[in-house]
Amino acid sequence: MAGEKKPAEKAAGEKKPGKKKTGEKKPAEQNASQKEVGEKKKKIKKHHASRNPVLARGIGRYSRSAMYARKALYKRKYTAPETKIEKKKKEKPRATITKPVGGDKNGGSRVVKIRKMPRYYPTEDVPRKLLSHGKKPFCQHKRRLRASITPGTVLILLTGRHRGKRVVFLKQLATGLLLVTGPLVINRVPLRRAHQKFVIATSTKVDISGVKIPKHLTDAYFKKKRLRKPKHQEGEIFDTEKEKYELTEQRKSDQKAVDSQILAQIKKVPQLRGYLRSTFCLSNGVYPHKLVF
Amino acid sequence: VFKRFVEIGRVAFISFGPHAGKLVAIVDVIDQNRALVDGPCSGVRRQAMPFKCMQLTDFVLKFPHSARQKCVRLAWEKENINEKWAATRWAKKIEAREKKAKMTDFDRYKVMKAKKMRNRIIKHEMKKLQKMSSKKGKKPEKSEKVPKSEKAPKSEKAPKAQKAQK
Repeated sequence: MAGEKKPAEKAAGEKKPGKKKTGEKKPAEQNASQKEVGEKKKKIKKHHASRNPVLARGIGRYSRSAMYARKALYKRKYTAPETKIEKKKKEKPRATITKPVGGDKNGGSRVVKIRKMPRYYPTEDVPRKLLSHGKKPFCQHKRRLRASITPGTVLILLTGRHRGKRVVFLKQLATGLLLVTGPLVINRVPLRRAHQKFVIATSTKVDISGVKIPKHLTDAYFKKKRLRKPKHQEGEIFDTEKEKYELTEQRKSDQKAVDSQILAQIKKVPQLRGYLRSTFCLSNGVYPHKLVF
Repeated sequence: VFKRFVEIGRVAFISFGPHAGKLVAIVDVIDQNRALVDGPCSGVRRQAMPFKCMQLTDFVLKFPHSARQKCVRLAWEKENINEKWAATRWAKKIEAREKKAKMTDFDRYKVMKAKKMRNRIIKHEMKKLQKMSSKKGKKPEKSEKVPKSEKAPKSEKAPKAQKAQK
């Protein structure tokens, strides 16, 4: 490493005198500015460590005046370039304009302000915020996803009829729920939504980078359908509400499309299929806070 | 009664404190409770350490009392303490404990499957032996075949343990 640095430095050093020689013919300013820029860049990069050693927390060895001297602030006095201020002073925009005025004995013109004072000052400088300030509707909420949950992670469902089952995570939907699949042939969990909070993310991941999930799988697709058309006939209201879920052909075809891709990836990892088939359970001596998932 | 003594050069294992889990050599004894201790090859600076947090190992190095770190390091490397320590059962138990704690859910499943398979094989052999002994009565063949068949499932245990470690 040291050996490499030296020839590089030499080359750089050689380049500079070389440039100077050719630069005699070219305008000298260019080379001088290049060198300066190079030096400036080098100087800016290095920051000196604190020149005030710490005696105890919050107490330095040197006083303010001593530090002033140590940091050579008497040398470092920066003032804004004057020319710009002078320029700005000159560049003040016109405040008034003289306009001609008609009519007899009016004097021919008036001097009118271009930017006038406001005609009304409200009693509060900053207007009062509405009570609903910052309260966004659900569709505009910020959706978060735990860092441990990435596409292809094996999740353990904790609630619902599929509790304890290990399932593959596909993507997060627009409402924040997780799209998840068994796959169906492995553990009878279809394409389904799961809530992030009721799920344990394991560190086992399946490679889903090549899997294409159809775009029509959104929240609207999974939402429960409710018939609400009873014409206020009290006897029938409780009967007509659909409670039974009916399996449609579209669901089956979507399931097949997604699962076939995922199963191919699962088969590549030994014992993963059996792992997804099994369920998670606690037994004696197993404490969730001590488990590494 | 006591086999391991606190002496100059005794290698000790630190059980708790900021240097927990590291090996050190006792360089000198300060008083009843503390020793001057140094672990050049295990990243412990030369310092006083109470005996309470030290657990003595079987290894003793040869260097004079209050020897400087260089001498301790030489003696340590000459005896190859790091490798000897890794080969002891004590160190292996510690490692196994750490690995068990780091097991992920998938690893636990794999271990469960491996254990199940191993137990099945063992049970299978046991049942075979029991059957044979019950059929043939009390013949000396039983005692000969017991150690032979137990070795087969134990040799399969090693690859499964390695599988579980992954």
